[in-house]
This record gives sequence, C-alpha cells and structure tokens, in this order.
Amino acid sequence: MPVESVFPQLEPLLPLVRKPVQYVGGEVNSTVKAWDATDVRWALFYPDAYEVGQPNQGIAILYEVLNEQPCVLAERTYSVWPDLEQLMRDRGVPQFTVDAHRPVSAFDVLGVSFSTELGYTNLLTALDLAGIPLLAADRTITHPVVLAGGHAAFNPEPLADFLDAVVIGDGEEAVLAITRVIREWKQGGCPGGRDGLLLSLAATGGVYVPKFYDVTYRPDGRIGRVTPNRAGVPASVRKHTLLDLDAWPYPKAPVVPVAETVHERYSVEIFRGCTRGCRFCQAGMITRPVRERSITTVGNMVKGGLKSTGFSEVGLLSLSSADHSEINEIAIDLADCYEGSNVGLSLPSTRVDAFNVTLADELSRNGKRSGLTFAPEGGSERMRKVINKMVTEEDLIRTVTTAYAGGWRQVKLYFMCGLPTEEDEDVTAIADLARKVIAAGRTATGRKDIRCTVSIGGFVPKPHTPFQWAGQCPPEVVDDRLRKLGAALRADKTYGRSVGFRYHEGTPSLVEGLLSRGDRRVGRVILAAWRDGARFDGWSEYFSFDRWVAACATGLAETQVDLAWYTTRERDYGEVLPWDHLDSGLDRDWLWEDWQSAVSPHGAGEVEDCRWTPCYECGVCPAMGTEIQTGPTGERLDGRRLLPVLATNGR
Amino acid sequence: MGVLQNGGEPVTTQHLLVRYAKRGKMRFASHLDVARAFERGVRRADLPIAYSTGFTPHPKISYAGGAPTGVASEAEYLSLTLTSRTEADDVRERLNAALPDGIDVIAVTEDSGKLPASRLTASEWQIALPGLPADNVVPVVRKFLALTEAPVERLTSKGMRRMDARAAVVSLDVIDDASRGSALRMVVRHTVPSVRPDDVLNALRDVSDVFLAGQPLMTRLAQGSLGESGVVKL
Repeated sequence: MPVESVFPQLEPLLPLVRKPVQYVGGEVNSTVKAWDATDVRWALFYPDAYEVGQPNQGIAILYEVLNEQPCVLAERTYSVWPDLEQLMRDRGVPQFTVDAHRPVSAFDVLGVSFSTELGYTNLLTALDLAGIPLLAADRTITHPVVLAGGHAAFNPEPLADFLDAVVIGDGEEAVLAITRVIREWKQGGCPGGRDGLLLSLAATGGVYVPKFYDVTYRPDGRIGRVTPNRAGVPASVRKHTLLDLDAWPYPKAPVVPVAETVHERYSVEIFRGCTRGCRFCQAGMITRPVRERSITTVGNMVKGGLKSTGFSEVGLLSLSSADHSEINEIAIDLADCYEGSNVGLSLPSTRVDAFNVTLADELSRNGKRSGLTFAPEGGSERMRKVINKMVTEEDLIRTVTTAYAGGWRQVKLYFMCGLPTEEDEDVTAIADLARKVIAAGRTATGRKDIRCTVSIGGFVPKPHTPFQWAGQCPPEVVDDRLRKLGAALRADKTYGRSVGFRYHEGTPSLVEGLLSRGDRRVGRVILAAWRDGARFDGWSEYFSFDRWVAACATGLAETQVDLAWYTTRERDYGEVLPWDHLDSGLDRDWLWEDWQSAVSPHGAGEVEDCRWTPCYECGVCPAMGTEIQTGPTGERLDGRRLLPVLATNGR
Repeated sequence: MGVLQNGGEPVTTQHLLVRYAKRGKMRFASHLDVARAFERGVRRADLPIAYSTGFTPHPKISYAGGAPTGVASEAEYLSLTLTSRTEADDVRERLNAALPDGIDVIAVTEDSGKLPASRLTASEWQIALPGLPADNVVPVVRKFLALTEAPVERLTSKGMRRMDARAAVVSLDVIDDASRGSALRMVVRHTVPSVRPDDVLNALRDVSDVFLAGQPLMTRLAQGSLGESGVVKL
C-alpha cells in the first residue's frame, strides 16, 4: 500500500510559520522513491531545526548509502519549530519527512542522529507528533524501530526508555547490515514479532537494545550491575569502525538546501578519528584509530561534489585537518585546481600551529582572509598540560604572528572553563594571553585594527574519555571565573577594544552534563522536562535551567540521587559507569591511568600521538581489530598547474 | 562591453534576461532563497558567469523585486552577465536541469544590459478563491473599487507600514470558474512600500467577511510596464 503524502494538510499551515521553505523539500539531489518499489524504509531524523540538521554530514552520508540500494528508501525528517508544532497539533498533522511528506510512523526505522545531548527532548517531540508511543515498551509491531546513533549515543542510557536500539560508531556499514536483518525478518513473516526483530539485531553484537539489559542499583544510588536479561544478547556491544574510507566516498552528491543553513558548503571528511589524546575530547577518543582518505579520493570527491551541488565553498573536515599525512599536497593541489574559479577552500578545524596558518594561506590564495580560529582550550600552560593539549604560549604567539603577518585581520581563540584542577588564575591567564596576542599582531603588522576574539565555553565531562570520572565544575564557579576574566580583559584599555569576549552561562552545561553521564533514571527527568515544555534545549532562547531543575526534582524523587550527584560528583575507579557495557574499544585501565596522570600532584603527564610515536596502548586497535590507516600515498592531483615548494616558515 | 575579470583582462560579456517561475512548493522560497538557488544553479549548469571584482567576488546576477514568500509567480525576472556568448535556449535548458523543480526558467532572451527597475512598474496577480462563487465576490469588488482609499497595514522588516491598497490597484476583476469557485485578477502598480496581493485581499476583507480564513493561493501572472490595457510583459 502506498503511503499518502501529508502535504495537502501541511500546506495551509505554511503561510502561518517562519521560514516555511525548510519544510517543503524538493531540494536538488533529494531523493523520492516509490514506496511500493522498496522493502525497507528509513526515516532519518536530525533532532534539531532543518537549518542545523540539513548540513549534518552523518545524515547526508547515510541518506546516500541507503538510497543507493535499489530496494531501500531513505527520507529525512527534522524538528519542527514550536510555531509549526502547535499548528500540527491543532490540525492533527503528523511528523513528516521533507522528501515526500510521508508520515514518519509509516517507516520501518526511525534513525536519529545525536550530535549533542541537548537534542534529546526534540526526539520526544518528534515521536509524539509522529504518533509513536514515547516509551519503547508501549510500541507494537506497527511502529518503526527507533534507532539512535551519533556521538551522543555513546551513552544512550538516559534515553533507554525511549529507544528501541542504538548503534555506536560509524554508520555506513551498520545501516546496511541492519537493513538486511529487517528485510529477512519481514520476508520471513516477522517471526517473533517486534522482539524477534530486536533480538536478531542484538544478536549481531553491534546493535544495543536497551530493554534486553537489566540495571540494578546499590543502596547508595550507584549502579550495581548491568546484565543481559535473555539468551543471545551479548554482555557488551561493540562500536562500528569503517576501514578504508576510500571505498566509501560519501556524500558524493549531498542535498543542496533552498533554505539558509548553518554550513553552506560541500564538506569532505579528509580523515576520521584523532589520536592527539586531548583528555576532554570525546570525539577524539571514540573515533579511533585515524583513517585517512587519500589525496586522490579527496580530489575526486571535491570535483564531483562541486559539480553535483553548485556550492562555492569546500570544507576539508576532520577533527584536526592539518594532521593529514598529505595535507600540504592537498592544499596546494586543490588551490591550483580551483585557482580563478571563485571556489573557496577552508579547514574548519585548526590546531595552534604556524603550519596551519601556512595551509590556510594556501587555501585562501584567491579569496579573502577574514578570520582564523585556534583552540588552545586552556588559559595557562599548566591547564593545557592537564588536558594534554600540548601547546606552549610560544607556539600560540608564533602562530598568531604568522596569521596577522599573512594578512588575517582577526584571530578567534577557543577556550574551556571548568576543567579539572582549574583555579581562577588558569582562567584569568586568558586575559594575559589575549593581550600578548594583540601585541604580537600589532608588532607584526604595524597596525592597530587587528582583532582577537576570546570564545569560552563550559567544560562538560564526557563518557569514554579520561575525564569521565571527573566532577563537573559547578555553574556558579564557572560564571564567577568568567566574570573575573571579563573584568581582566576590560581592565587594560590599550588592548580592551581589540579583544572580543564571547561566553555562555554555565547552567546549560550542567544539564548537558546530566544528560551526558546520566543513567536510565535520567529518562524520567527528560520526560518531565519535555512535558513541561522543554524543546530545542541547545538554543538559549528556548533553554530553561529552572525547568530542568524542577524536572530533576520530580523525575528523581523516588531515587537516592539528584542533579549534583550526576554532575559535580567525582566518580572512583570501582564505580560501574552507565556506559561500561558499550565498548568503544578504549581500555578502561588506560583511561583511568590517563585520568590519574592528568590530575597528578606532580604535574600532568603528556601523551604523544600514536601516529608518530609508539603505540601507548589505549586498547582500541586490538579490541576492535582495526589499524591506523594513513599515507602518504605519494600521489598528486591532476589539474594542478605547478609544483611550488610550500614555504613552511611563514610569508 | 567589457568588464575586468580575474587578472584584470577585459572580457566580452553577454547580458541575458531570464524570466522564471516560482511554482508549487517552491513558492515558499524567499527572495534570498531563490537568489542562492540561482547562484548554485549557474555553477551546476557550468555557465560562464561573470563575477564582480573586489574583496568578495559575487556572480553577476541581478534580481528584480521578487514575489513575496508564499506567493507563486509565472513572471519573475533576473539578468545574468556571462563572460562568453552562450545560446539563450541552451542557457534555459541548462538552468532548468540545474535548478530545483518549481524554480523553473520560462524564457531567456538577449538583453542590452542590466535590468532597470523602470521597466517593471506593475504586476498582474491572481488570487484563487476555491469554493467561493463569483456572484458572492463581485459585489465586494465593486464596493472596493468605489472606495477613495483602502488603508492597510503590514509588518515589514522596517516595522509596521501603512499603505493605500486602493490607490495601487489599477484594475480588479472576478474570474468565474464555476467548477472550482472563482478567482480575483488584478493589476497593481509597484509602489514603495509595495502593495502585495495579500494587502488587497485584506482590504477586501475589511469590506466584507465573505472570504475564508487562511491564505489562498496567489500567483503573479505577469510583470512589466503599465500600458493602457494592463501590464505590458517585459
């Protein structure tokens, strides 16, 4: 039976809402397939507004991977803003996909990609609008399998009540494997009903089905044990790791939005994973090992991607793009290929390293040089050692000097506040650093109109990192330190106006902390907050700390634990962490030793990058059967005009 | 005519006038959305588009005032500057292959230069009134046309603006479409601030409550200079 489009019901609502074009689909490279010509159907959900979700690389990849399969259909769905949500409720319009405006409840799978925990309440809105029961336990064989992935799904326990299944790690092969299991189950007449399908998925060892695990709690509130409650379910679930990124050159032809979105560019991931070992960085810990795309594949993807989209910007994505073994060649060759074509090239993520400026110079050869961003993360040398961000003040000054001298007018510096062992002085040290940066810029350029923006966010301890045991810094301490930093920045009038200061209040970070390291009991908090109106918690105009505090009081009323217990409390080695049964490959003892080394009273120990130094036994490669995949390949891109030697000592 | 293109070399240019439609779901695209779609469209179509010189080069596309977000159109205009001569029909086909369905190029013609606003002084609009018999609408229109002024207000980016909907309306007719109801067809002068078809509809609502709530389908049918018998298409 074909599924009817709900567009006729939606259409009269669109003149009444902000930016209606985000809901209409029909974008270049979007795919609409005949419902009946396919046998497994995915609705891919990004739990934020279209303008944020559409550029998401994960959804873009899976959308293509799935739609390339002849009998598989994948459509996209996003969170609707509260203005449309209200109208949809009033008129009974269900959560829909933007591709063919099919109701989400008609699909086999609702796949949701979580980049941040602050999107959790938006899942509940979408389920509710879709007419899918919020609680997994209440769903029947007619409902889609609600399947989560993405970085924030590495601890899915706070969502355990609402999710049917979870995949951790790379999605490309996982979605195809899940598709096969669903197809066999459907073709076989749905043996065992909904649980039969979930059991088949769980039996693969790579799909976590929360309801097949029981969690017990100790009298003091800590977790006792997490154990499978039926046969055929593994004690721990492994993350997926895609090897050979050259064999998976996606997205090839991403959707080109008509609505304005946060990133308007063709993005190619030049490598996945990072082994720099920054202790706060969940992304770097859970995506190991480093797997590079070759210069040839990168070149082909850029060429094909620009042609298929018409974008004029290319982003070379990764967690630390300058670390690609052939980044120099990639930068020169792409700049050569696109010289005079008005294509802009950029490295969105840059470490503090003068070489990065040289690369940025090369990539922006033909374009403007407006701003460069660096992330020292810690204000003092001591703090940077604690987080294993091995950048000295000298490195930073050398880097910004190169940038300003190269014609960049503005340098943006990212920091974190509330890091383990942090004192007020570690944060106010940022003011000193900013003054030195401006002084270096003025000396290098002889001008006074160069600028530096300090951007600072609250640190949130994340699962699967050495800081997973840390007590989160209370928001009032973070806010107080930020006030002191603001005062220190304003104190010196000679530099004050050249330094911008951007920060956020500490309270959203505390809620992010609750959701990041929460266990299954936090599900009731999420439900209470959502019932009280929580939506779009990542947006300051919608976030309400008071609402979350109240939701903790009701949701945790029958437990021995509270908001502080989940956030500001330091954990010890023996405590069972809610995500211990989800295997990211990291050796728990290695993480603990790295944590101890970070906070050692004798000063933090440093960990080098295993790409250039011997393996330090984080455990991932042997546990997951993976290996570091890096170049150089020695190849160059066709279309480059010359082979200049790239100056590495600035210009 | 020559302009300076990358490297300062003068290049011959060709000016093309593009008439395009905004149809169906794409009527919900704003002016800026359409502009972005065309910028990407000319790149996907691999047209030899000229770029402005300066710090941030932009493709040389100039847009005439677009139909409002949510309003469909069969008569939107823009002009393109190309750096090498390309057959107009070829440009139309390539653009249509490159643009999203619903942003449809209707005609491409050679033109002398940039599109001056003076060539677009009025539009013909249609408002569909499904289920509403013409007999119910005709007396309302007569009343409206007999008014000396019809002040309406609309919230714009510059705040609440007041305009006279009656003064801008050159003609207003009721089309009878017995099977589906009726439609309004009107010629409206381009004014500042602009009087849009929904402003005229609101003015009509002030005269009578015969119209249903909600926004009916509105379409710009033609755009051009104002002649004696209505809009002279560009």
